Formats: sequence, structure tokens, C-alpha cells
Amino acid sequence: MSANENANGAAPGNARWPAIHFTVNGKRLVVNVPPMKRLLDVLREDLRLTGTKEGCGEGECGSCSVRMNGELVNSCLVPVLQADGAEIQTVEGLALDGNLHPLQEAFLQHGGAQCGICTPGMLMAAAQLLENSPHPSGAEIREALAGNLCRCTGFMHIFESVAAAADAQSAAPVATAQEPARHAR
Amino acid sequence: MSTHATTRIVGASVPRKEGIAKLLGQALYVDDIEREGMWHGATVRSTTPRGIIRSISFDRSIDWSEFAIVAAADIPGENCIQLISNDQPCLADGKVNHCEEAILLLAHPDKHKLREAVAAVHIDYDQLQPVFTIEESERQDVIVWGSDNLLKSFLLEKGDVDSTWERAAHIVEGEYRTGAQEHLYIENQGIIAEYSAERGVTVWGSLQCPYYVVKSLKAVFDLPDEKVRVIQAETGGAFGGKEDFPSNVACHAALLAMKCGHPVKIVYDRLEDLAATTKRHPARVRHRTALDRDGKLLAMEIDLVTDGGAYATLSSTVLSRATLHATGPYLCPNVRVHARSWATNFVPYGAFRGFGAPQAIFAMERHMDEIAAVLGIDPIELRRRNFLHQGDDNATEQRLREPVILDQLLDRALKESDYSAKRARFARENPSSPVKRGMGIAAFYHGSGFTGSGEVYLNSLAGLDVTPAGNVRVLVSNTEFGQGTNTILTQVAAEALGLDYSAVTMAPPDTGVVPNSGPTVASRTSMVVGRIIERAGLQLIAQLREHAGLADSYTREEFLAACERYRAAKGEVISLCRYEAPAGIRWDDATYHGEAYGAYAWAVYVAQVAVDSITYSAEVEDFWAVQEAGRVLNPVLAAGQIEGGIAQAVGFALYEKVVLHDGRMANNQMTNYIMPTAEDVPPIHVFFEQVPCPHGGFGAKGIGELPHDGPAPAIVNAIRDATGVAFNAIPLLPEDLYAGLGENQPIEELALP
Amino acid sequence: MRGNPAMHDLVAPASLDAVLDLLASEPGKWTPIAGGTELMVAFAAGRLTATRLVSLWGIPDLRAIETTPQSVIIGAAATFLDLRRHGVISAELPLLARAASWIGSIANQTRATLGGNLVNGSPAADSSPALLAYDAEIEMISVRGRRRLPYCEFHTGYKSNVLAPDELLYAIHLQRRFARHKQYLRKVGTRRAMAIAKVALGATALVEQNVIHEIRLAAASLAPFPIRLGQTESALLGQNISRATVLAARQALLSEVQPIDDIRSTADYRRRVATNLLDEFLLELRREGLRA
Repeated sequence: MSANENANGAAPGNARWPAIHFTVNGKRLVVNVPPMKRLLDVLREDLRLTGTKEGCGEGECGSCSVRMNGELVNSCLVPVLQADGAEIQTVEGLALDGNLHPLQEAFLQHGGAQCGICTPGMLMAAAQLLENSPHPSGAEIREALAGNLCRCTGFMHIFESVAAAADAQSAAPVATAQEPARHAR
Repeated sequence: MSTHATTRIVGASVPRKEGIAKLLGQALYVDDIEREGMWHGATVRSTTPRGIIRSISFDRSIDWSEFAIVAAADIPGENCIQLISNDQPCLADGKVNHCEEAILLLAHPDKHKLREAVAAVHIDYDQLQPVFTIEESERQDVIVWGSDNLLKSFLLEKGDVDSTWERAAHIVEGEYRTGAQEHLYIENQGIIAEYSAERGVTVWGSLQCPYYVVKSLKAVFDLPDEKVRVIQAETGGAFGGKEDFPSNVACHAALLAMKCGHPVKIVYDRLEDLAATTKRHPARVRHRTALDRDGKLLAMEIDLVTDGGAYATLSSTVLSRATLHATGPYLCPNVRVHARSWATNFVPYGAFRGFGAPQAIFAMERHMDEIAAVLGIDPIELRRRNFLHQGDDNATEQRLREPVILDQLLDRALKESDYSAKRARFARENPSSPVKRGMGIAAFYHGSGFTGSGEVYLNSLAGLDVTPAGNVRVLVSNTEFGQGTNTILTQVAAEALGLDYSAVTMAPPDTGVVPNSGPTVASRTSMVVGRIIERAGLQLIAQLREHAGLADSYTREEFLAACERYRAAKGEVISLCRYEAPAGIRWDDATYHGEAYGAYAWAVYVAQVAVDSITYSAEVEDFWAVQEAGRVLNPVLAAGQIEGGIAQAVGFALYEKVVLHDGRMANNQMTNYIMPTAEDVPPIHVFFEQVPCPHGGFGAKGIGELPHDGPAPAIVNAIRDATGVAFNAIPLLPEDLYAGLGENQPIEELALP
Repeated sequence: MRGNPAMHDLVAPASLDAVLDLLASEPGKWTPIAGGTELMVAFAAGRLTATRLVSLWGIPDLRAIETTPQSVIIGAAATFLDLRRHGVISAELPLLARAASWIGSIANQTRATLGGNLVNGSPAADSSPALLAYDAEIEMISVRGRRRLPYCEFHTGYKSNVLAPDELLYAIHLQRRFARHKQYLRKVGTRRAMAIAKVALGATALVEQNVIHEIRLAAASLAPFPIRLGQTESALLGQNISRATVLAARQALLSEVQPIDDIRSTADYRRRVATNLLDEFLLELRREGLRA
């Protein structure tokens, strides 16, 4: 889709709804949809970026997580009007030029994905973490992923994958996820 | 044959076969798929737990001519979901037996209009008296199912229980309860269906058992095999919740597709999925145990009942497995297990990882700790004295011919967890600490595959083919939903064929393409189906050697060249094998005697728990899982299965409660149905001992359900150790702990002037 | 998903003045939406009755956090992540930073706002006990001007507050005078993360030679809205921390709270845990007093 091309095929700036201009995975786009339409649904239905998933519609499971203006958000809770002018990154934007992102490579090698439905959101949350904190402790990894529910893995191999990716990105060893990671009261 | 051979691929942690697609966000789950001209479907459900439908009316604010509407009368074939007892209607016909029972189906191109329409259907009922507890159903004052509410019963007897009570040195009784549990797969149920008179029904779905869905579609539409096709989409978690329930959704979507002439997609939202789909059977288990002076088991009398919900569905088979796991990994000369499943007016309970074993094992392993307390014996020692060994007969008088290494597993678990030192330390520290810590243990087994003659009955057919394009494909109807089917079966095939892992793929999980190799349940995939694939691979190599000049050692190119020579001679390159029962497997369904399972996986789990005396919350701080599950086909995947099962069972024990008000699930939101997050799960330490199984694919046993069997009793035993108080029911929430612990306020224990 | 986006109007005026004009033009007809972490949940469940919504997201005046030597002024649309990242809040108002860290997942913290938390008015609101313990003031704004109130007067009942139909919560004012205070905040939820409070207790106190000179106690989930525990404060103010004081404080606490049974917990549990938290706080005060 080229810049300013309308995802619905209608002229931008339909009188009923304001046009939403945003950048998704580096591409400038315009959509013409009701302003209350959830960002999640715009991504999946209007842009056919189905990597982002709906698991609960309540902001509890995190499978809809994307990055908006450099912060992690649950896209099921964002009315698309509030994404006007924003830069959005979804899982489809992680790999670069056909190369797996270090997180994706780590998840592959370390069993971070089982059924895969939580994986896109989990990758976005992990990517957000590594950007803010390139050498996260076990406790920081747990906190960063607390909003992404995984029912398959029990999280152990996800922690290991994130730690391995952090290692790979910085070539310096980080704490493993098996250390006593939770804060004492 | 191959169990002890050194292997190149089997036993290696090769990456997940479909992993890259999942990581790129390219894997297509049902809701990612659109079919041309697709409509959306929705279900109008009962709001009463039991009643006669008096009237159905449609608000005039909606233009109903735009909608397809399906009721029971529209069903061309049998109004029945095919399972075991065939008592569950596809759509309610005049009568409903649980809240959320499906009554009408609606379809429309616009999903928003569809939602409005669902709200615009009004149904009136003549309410009937519902039954909401096992005890009410047992009393049989109100009959809600059949003639007596009894969905199923089993009686398992060994020796002569009644003769033991008088000579017993000790008799210990206990009652234990487990609650309903929701699978909470992160992807909700979903199906897309298409219908045409010429081609029949085609269905794509989030499902575990494509051929189960075929069976129901055939019956509901009165169609032959060739006119029903089921294709599994990428499936986002299942755990048994997509074993039989998808047959309901598939029949619903297909009926709507037939009515409106368009493909129809039904995808549940979380509110609907939580409220309307199957859950784990609640259970009540009563133990009465006779022991001699030394704490050796003389007799076990066990009364085990489950709540089956409104229709039988899988209650009989869940009850069967519960019965066969009720006596634990212990030698006991006299046994009586009386098991019953009772009907109530709840959403029917169904398959969930463990399938009756977690409930039975919770009771057994809690009871062992209670026995230990009564007798004044250490709970570890009590178990050691009673462990089964190779050569012993279990409760069904099956002689355990394979090694049973429970002592070794126990030793390792105690060592890795530093059990004794920790218990001693906690005993010293607890009195002056607001956080009380304890250690708890559980020893258990899980039978792999279908019970008794079940695998013979399934008569699975599976194998391999090679396409003209050179794709080597595994042909099974067993599905991937995270547990690693695609990876381990291609590993097994590649190993048997002498090819690289990358050279073998899975044929699409499409009943138009693959044979019926049985359902993906019962921890049977690696052991039973893996074995068939292994044989099929060796069979293919033998055929290629005999008929196509394949040499003793060969490259991939040489292998494919031989395949092409074979194809020229025989027309196709395919190698299928049927399940072969191991010799000497005898099972009597009437008396519940004989070889219950072809193989058992064994385990000892240790939990370290902290109980906060201020908030009464219990948390699992650390966890060790030692098991023997045959040959480990893929260490990373196998450890992942154990960790995931343990996390789920931590939820089963301490967090997950299905709250029912008047027959409805009141907490049907993720906000209020609580599973452990990344901050709640303990570090989990996994250890495998390997004793290859002669019947399993490259020596594998089943692994998927084992890890959900043991954690709950280990955790509640640890809580007993920490607090001195015995809790016998789960989920054990802080409110329940408070009820058992709450007398003393912490401040009383700490000196203050 | 049960909400229909076409049935709701959402506008995003560019300035605060434009928002206020809109609210004034049709009082009560427009529902403000900030981060959407409550309203969008209701929307997806088909329960969002508000058909006209005005977005507060992205209005700079509402999100700024300012400091003066005496106070911190937090814009109502500041997110919880904004609070956690703010140096002065982390250093001098740690209870608020802590509450911000457990309000939900990271993805919730980037969108949930302090103002939204207060206006939503759940009895379990995560930020409220900290704000009450810090004696926060709220500032409201409309075309008619601004007004300030102690936050403890903001809630009037279950999910009701003093905001006029044309009024917006504008800012929350906190004084920077708690450096020497003993501070306590504990939330008891269903799990470690992403949990709604079953009970929460917040407190600030000044203790000298084991005598309580200043005390503010606040609780969530013990009443129809978050409350100051005035009677318990009275039982403690001017007292030394002894067994008798603790027992009296417990009694006062029990007499002024009305916990309920609900989907998450029971009244009995809430009552007992509330007194346990109070005990824990008072014990900490005493221990620190003995150490000093």
C-alpha cells in the first residue's frame, strides 16, 4: 500500500469519519473507518495484518500487544482515532529484510513458542523490554512479560529465549531466568 | 528394535517444524482466514439451566429476512453430536438442560448486525427444577438425566478389601475435592464451514481431532465419508478443550452455511468461550485405607465421583482414567474403587489434560500425607515402603514387566530440591516469620495411550508418502496445537528413513489427504502414532531396497531417485501401517482387569511453597519435576511440555476457580478467571530419567498429560508442611486458607508490650 | 467482541479549551475517554452506553507533570508509566510510584491514566490509597473556571463523584513534604500481576519516640469507594504504639469499613486481611522507632 492510499478504497477524509493517518511497520497509511474501531481490528481487518491476535478483548492476555510510538499497548483497548499520527510496530515489522529478529531466532532455538498464539504479543513485549533495558535481570523479564499470558509454555523457555536474545544482541552474558527472580516483599 | 539405537535426530532439540511461521506472525489461525463471500455466525443460547422452551420470538426492530436462522428442525440428519453415549443434541429441541445450551443459530454478512440480532431473540421457558451438586444428583430426588442421573459407573476390585479392616493396625479415612477448571487456551473456539450439495461439507477449524468432527458432521448432515472434509487450521492451544467441543461449533457453522449458501465463520469471544464450553470434571474422592504396623498398605477402598454436567459426552472415559489412576504408584493387595459420574444441569464437563487422573491423584497423594501424619511416619518413607516395583501387580492385576524406577526418581527429586535440609530450615524459621514455608511431594504415574483395548478399537492407520515433487510427508490425522506433534513425528520419520530433519514435512491435517491415525489425546502421539510412523519409515526403506535398488547407505538424492523408480513401477510412493497391539495385552472391560495401559510414565514432583500469614496467599516458590517418560524425542519440547503442564496445575491448585451462580459461570472474563502470570510461576526444574519403551516410537512414552497430574497434591502437601493444617479441596484460594488458618492474628505471635 | 464502532461518535479536539467548550455546549452528553483501559473493555463487552466520546489522549496540558519546590502537579491524563518514570515522584512519593507499577501490565501502564483511575471510581482503584495517604488535592476545570478540593471529598458514592456534567478532572496536586514520613502501601490481589485489589491499605505517618504525631490511613475495596480511615486515625493519633493501641485501632478499622462478598473475595477475608495489614504497618512503625 503506498503512502496516502486508502485501505478501504474510499477517498481519504470521508465526510462521516475523519481519515486516520499513521505509519505501520514503516509504511505510511491512511484508513477510513469509524474512529471507535479498535486498533486491533483495523490492523487485522483493514490492513490484513493478522499476526496480532485477539485473546480476550479486555486487555488481560496481551496477545494483541503492539508498539505505538515506541511504547507497548494492548491494541484491543486503543480506539483507532487515538492512533492518528502514530508509529505502529506489529510482529510483521520485527524481521528485517527477511532475517529473523534476534528475539525470533532465540524463540526458535530455545522453545519460546508452542502453539504460537501468544507469540506475536510476547515478542512485542520482549522487544519493548530489550529496547528499554538491554541487559534485563530475571525479575525485569518477568515484569515485562507479566501482561502476556501464555498457557502452553509455563514461561520458562520464554524467559530463556529473551535472555538469550539479550545475550546475542549485546554479546555480554546476562542473568539466566532460573535465578530467584521474584521480588521478596 | 530401535529403542536403544543411537540416533541422529531423535533425541535432539531440533527447532519446531512450524516455528518460523508462528514467530513471523504468518501462521494462519481460524480467525485469520477469510473465505470469499463469507458470512458470520452466532449462537443463541439458553439462559436457564433446565426448562421447556415455551416460546421463541424475534424483535420486529430487526429485518430478519437478511439473516439465516437455523433451529433443530433444520437438521437434515441426526440432531446429535457423535461421541460415546450420543445424548447431546446439536441444537436444543424443545428442552434445555444447561445454561448456554445452543438453541438457535444466526448468520449475517455483517458481524455487528449479527450481534444485535442475537440480543433481539427472546426465549421464554417453563423452568424445571435443576440439579447443581453431585450430592443432589446422587440423592436422585430430582432426575435430570436418563432414569437415574447416573452417567457411568465402574467397579474395580482386587483381592478382598472387606476382610482387611479387622486385622488392620491402622485405618485412615479422608475426603478430597477438586474443582472445575477452564482450559483457557489463548485462542478461542472457531470454525469456518462451507456447504454445497455437490461437494458436501468442508470445515476449517481450531481443533484436535479432525476425524471426530467428520463423524458428527456425517451424522448431522446424513452424508457419506467422501462428502465431509475437515481441515485443522493452526490451533492456539487446546489441552482437551478442543477434543470434542469443536464438533458442536462445526455442525453449527455448517448448518448455517447450508442455510445461507455462503461460507460461515463462527468465532467465540472470550465471554462466550468461558461460559459455554467444556471444563474439567469436578470430583469428590473418599479414601478408606487399611495399613499394617509398618505402614504397608493392606487395602484401599475408594469412592470416586465426578460431576459430568448435563450430557454424558466424555464423562465415561474420564471416569475410567480416574479409576485406573486412583490407587497411585503403590502396591496394594486389596483394592476396591467404586467410581460414578453424575449428571447435573451445568455445561457438560469434558476432556482436560490428565482426563480424570489429576483428580484421582490429588486425592491419593494428599491421602498419603494424611496417612503419614496419623501413623507418625515420614511421608517420604511411607511412599518408599509402598512403591510398586517391576514384577508387581497393580490394581488391575497387570504385571509391571517394564522397569519401575520410582525409588530412583524419588532420590533424585529429594537431592535436586535439597528437600530435607530445606524442611529442617523452614521448621526453624517459620515460627518467627510472617511467611511460612514448606516442602511437599507427590509420586504418580500416567498411563500412555487409550485404556485397555482402546488402541485396538481405534485401529489407527498412519504412514508416509513421497510426492512427485520430492516432498517426504508424514500422513497422520494427529494435530499440532503447541505440544510438538509436527516436530517429533517428522523427527521420527527422518530418523527411520535415514534422511535429514529438513527433508521431511507434515502432510496437511486435512481428512481429504490423511488417514485416520486416531485423535490427538491421551498422550498417545509420540508413543502410539510415533511407533506407527517409525514402522512405516522402515517399511518404506525395505520396499525401496527390494523393488527400487536403494543401496545400504544413500544420499537424499539417491533416496528420491529410488522413490521415482518405485513410483514408475507401482504408481505411487506410500507406506502405511496399522496399529499393532503389543503381544500379551489383555483387558477385560467388564471386570476392569488386565493390562490397563501399554506403558506408564512415572514421576516424583517436589513443591516449595510460601504461605503469607498476613494475606493467607500461598505461592509456589520453587518446583522440581523428575520423571521417566521413556525416550525423550526432543529435549527442549519435552521440557516445555512439563513446564507448561506444571504451570497449569499450579493454577488448578491455587488460582483457578469456576464461580457458578444459578448454573451460569459468573466469572467468565479473563479479569476474573485467574491463571498464573509470568510473575506468579515458580522456577521449574525439569529432570528426565530415560527408560526406553519397547512399544513407543523410538522408545517414547506419552508425556503431555503427566505434568498436570502431580503438582496440585505436592503443593497442598507443602502447605500442610508449612502451616500444620491439612487442606483437602482445591482450588485453594487465600479465602479458603484464611478459613483454615485464620484464628491467630500474626501480631499475637510477635512480642509487643 | 460485542461493540459496534459505528454506534459511537469519537472526537479528538486538539486543545483543552476545545474539549471544555464541547463539554459545556452539551453538558452530560459527551463522555471523556483518556487511555481507554476501562471504557474499551466495556465497549468490547457490548456494555458501553456512552454514544458520544471525546478523546483526552494527546492533549499536552492534561498530561504534563510539573514540580514546584513545594508540590508536584500531575496532569489528569498522565499515564502510570509517566508516573513511574518521573524522578521526583519515584523519590519523594514512592507510594504513588509503587501503585503505578502494579496497576496492570506494562501495556496497561502506558495507557491507563491517573485521572481515568479516579474518575472511573472503582472502589478498588489502585492509585487512590496512595493519593489519600498523601492528602492529595484534585483540581477540576470547566469553561467556568477551576476549583480544587481535597481528593478525599471527590467520591460521593459507588462510581459517583463531584464532577459537574461540563467538568473535567484537570490535575492532582501533591505536596512534597513526606520525606521524613513513614510510608506504607500494600495491595492484596488475586495474583502478583494484573490483579484487581481485594484489599489495599496505604499510610503515611510521623512517629517520634514511639508516639504517632501524624497519621493518614486509606483503603481500597473496603467501602463503595476508596476511603480515608478517619476513626482508625483518631484511635492512633497521639498514641504510642503498644498492644492496646493496636487492638483499639483494629476495632476502629472494623467499625468503619463495609466490605462485601463479591466475585473476587469475601467480606470476612477482606476484614481480616485489612486488620492484618494495619498490624503489619504498625509493627513496622514500632520496629523502626526502636531502631532509631
